[in-house]
Amino acid sequence: MWLFLITEVLFFGGLFLAYMLYRVWYPVAWAEASRELDIVLGAFNTAVLIGSSLTMAFAVRAAQTGKQRATVVWILLTMALGLVFLIVKYFEYKEKFEHHHVPGPDFAFEGPQAGPAQIYFSLYFLMTGLHATHMIIGFVILAVIAWMAHKKRFSPEWYTPVEISGLYWHFVDIVWIFLFPLLYLVDRAGHFA
Amino acid sequence: MAGHISPKSTYYAVFAALMVGTAITVAVAFVNLGSFNFPVAIGIAITKATLVILFFMHAKYSSKLTKLLVGTAFFFLLVLLTLTMTDYLSRGLKTYPGGAGGSGYGVRTPSATGGAAAAPREGAH
Repeated sequence: MWLFLITEVLFFGGLFLAYMLYRVWYPVAWAEASRELDIVLGAFNTAVLIGSSLTMAFAVRAAQTGKQRATVVWILLTMALGLVFLIVKYFEYKEKFEHHHVPGPDFAFEGPQAGPAQIYFSLYFLMTGLHATHMIIGFVILAVIAWMAHKKRFSPEWYTPVEISGLYWHFVDIVWIFLFPLLYLVDRAGHFA
Repeated sequence: MAGHISPKSTYYAVFAALMVGTAITVAVAFVNLGSFNFPVAIGIAITKATLVILFFMHAKYSSKLTKLLVGTAFFFLLVLLTLTMTDYLSRGLKTYPGGAGGSGYGVRTPSATGGAAAAPREGAH
């Protein structure tokens, strides 16, 4: 699992690199476009995802100590928090469509920074979209694990599936830990504006 | 697979630290630190990620092989980012004596590219 996560680090790493390069080229557009994002929703989702990492850690702990019922409950809680995250993300995306901040023929952005701002929003959708895809995959994996735990397949001697799906979930959390400041918090202080 | 079982208090403590980190990074984002805003935000994010990896993902209690793998991932990520950024960030620098005048060498602005053709370029070859 760790090996897979290493490939994932560089998968997302490429996007982070693209983000950094364009940010160096278009700092003003980055500042203006990032201020369009809802910082309250972003911070809320960060808290939700960190909370889901906590419940996931407890799910693994319950599996380690042989508490099958508790494992199921903690995984279901983790899934619920994941769902909250995705629902908030849905409303954020919806708002982008309404404001024509989705790159494409309908894209609209006031001021001379419209071109680079479109690049910003392309990266925004690519990075958060890829992250959300990982969340949906994680959600499905957790559903399977919860079912297996419900069927009492795990024991303190063998709980590997719980452990590695936990690793995956925490990894997705880590990606968001970096996406949040990079996409939402960049230049809030008005350094470039 | 007999893993290390952390006490619940460890997880609560890490969770609290992560939430405090989130609050700090949001608060600091609104303070103008000039060019330090970005390093501070990334520094907090790296700290948070480290906490998650060490305690939630049990890397602290894992084998040396696992630790090596985690290190490898971030080492190569660092190689990717550092080598590319040293190129891009140094393109605006005057890299040789008698370089292309005040506008800077290789800066991608319309005035620089337009002006470079007209300006005398003793040092260029």
